[in-house]
Amino acid sequence: MSAFLREYLTVAIFTGVAFGLLAGVLSVGKLIRPVRPQAEKYFNYESGVDAVGTGWVQSPIRYYVFALLFVMFDVEAVFIFPWATQLEIYGWFGAVEMGIFIVLLALGLLYAWRKGVLRWT
Amino acid sequence: MILGLHLAYWQTSVIRSLGVLVAVLLPAGTFVYIFLFKMVSFMQSRLGPMEAGPYGSMQLLAEVGKFIQKEDIVPDNADRRLFKLAPYLVVATVLLVYLVVPFGPKMRFVNFDGGIFYALAVSSISALGVLIAGWASANKYSLMGGLRAAGQLIAYELPMVLAVVGVVIQAGTMNLSGIVAAQANGKMFGFGGLGNPYFITQFVGMVIFLIAVQAELTQTPFDMPIAESELVTGYITEYSGMRFLLFFIAEFAAVGSFAAVAATLFMGGWAVPGIKFDSGVMNVLGPIVLMAKMTLIAGVIFFVRFTYPRFREDQLQKFAWTILIPVALANILVTTVLKVAF
Repeated sequence: MSAFLREYLTVAIFTGVAFGLLAGVLSVGKLIRPVRPQAEKYFNYESGVDAVGTGWVQSPIRYYVFALLFVMFDVEAVFIFPWATQLEIYGWFGAVEMGIFIVLLALGLLYAWRKGVLRWT
Repeated sequence: MILGLHLAYWQTSVIRSLGVLVAVLLPAGTFVYIFLFKMVSFMQSRLGPMEAGPYGSMQLLAEVGKFIQKEDIVPDNADRRLFKLAPYLVVATVLLVYLVVPFGPKMRFVNFDGGIFYALAVSSISALGVLIAGWASANKYSLMGGLRAAGQLIAYELPMVLAVVGVVIQAGTMNLSGIVAAQANGKMFGFGGLGNPYFITQFVGMVIFLIAVQAELTQTPFDMPIAESELVTGYITEYSGMRFLLFFIAEFAAVGSFAAVAATLFMGGWAVPGIKFDSGVMNVLGPIVLMAKMTLIAGVIFFVRFTYPRFREDQLQKFAWTILIPVALANILVTTVLKVAF
């Protein structure tokens, strides 16, 4: 196995050990903790009164546009990182190239800002 | 080969994994005692825990002992499997971040070429665990807290990633050991006595990174997901006993992991100016140095946490999108020009 894959194997093994340890920690209490089921204990908490409706209510979440903007900039980051490691080799050519790229994306953010998307109303 | 025994690769990996787990839980416990129990107490003119052990130093063990005895409660309405999965995800991903952080020239677990990318990617999975916890609880407060956490992650992941780009440009590598080496062997405008710790030359990047870390960790002033005066305790409202404790441990272990990454990126990691960078001594001294730097950064994080009031939800988003991200982009451009020009 190549050293590259072997390091990912290490990550996989570590994940296994971590999950195993967590399962151990969670089950160790079984030996000493009390089990006295009462229906009231298993109600959902809603400030002391009986819960109204189900917990999975529909409510407007305002993160939709933010999520779209996020995707735009996160993809940008994927392009920037490899370029950043090679900047020494590219020199001014790379600098100007990436400058244009970043300014273009910043214009997108500016557009969203001017459109009032970033306002919370 | 360990102690003259030949072990298979998976066996050494398991042993090293257990070693890392100790290395994670030790600083996390220390942070809880020093900062949560003592520093905040002194800031508020009180003593904090004093009964369990000398100066209350065994308080954390007492707390764990208490939580182990708690009854295991899963609400009837909850999505049982997801409800139980969430703490695993949150804690395990925090532990996974430590894998890439180098503690010395040879004291490291894995040595990814894209190490910083791995750290950023893995650290954001824990927000998924938080979202799952909020959703699976079938509680309105929890759901609200989980969604807030997801929105917060979306807003603050970007400044964090973009702030790291400045460091990668300066170091010319994404490998964390390489970044440590670049800082230890670098020169600041021709002066090489101290190396080139990036908290001086990437100061703007570091400030943005630390603000984003504060938000990513949902520490006050960015603690809307658990805002106790609005949402009870947000996504952990329905959790009790050991599962609650796991969320609690994850919070403090995450402070440690982000502090370790920040110390590596901006404060020279395990290297000290004056001692030869890759000498064997650093394998012993390195972890201690890195722990000291981690504690310093964690101290800043907790000092801010205990000092400032909470932002409003809309202010949080606005701050990220209209201030942090433009500044981070400008930081990248300026760093690029300076790097190419000099």
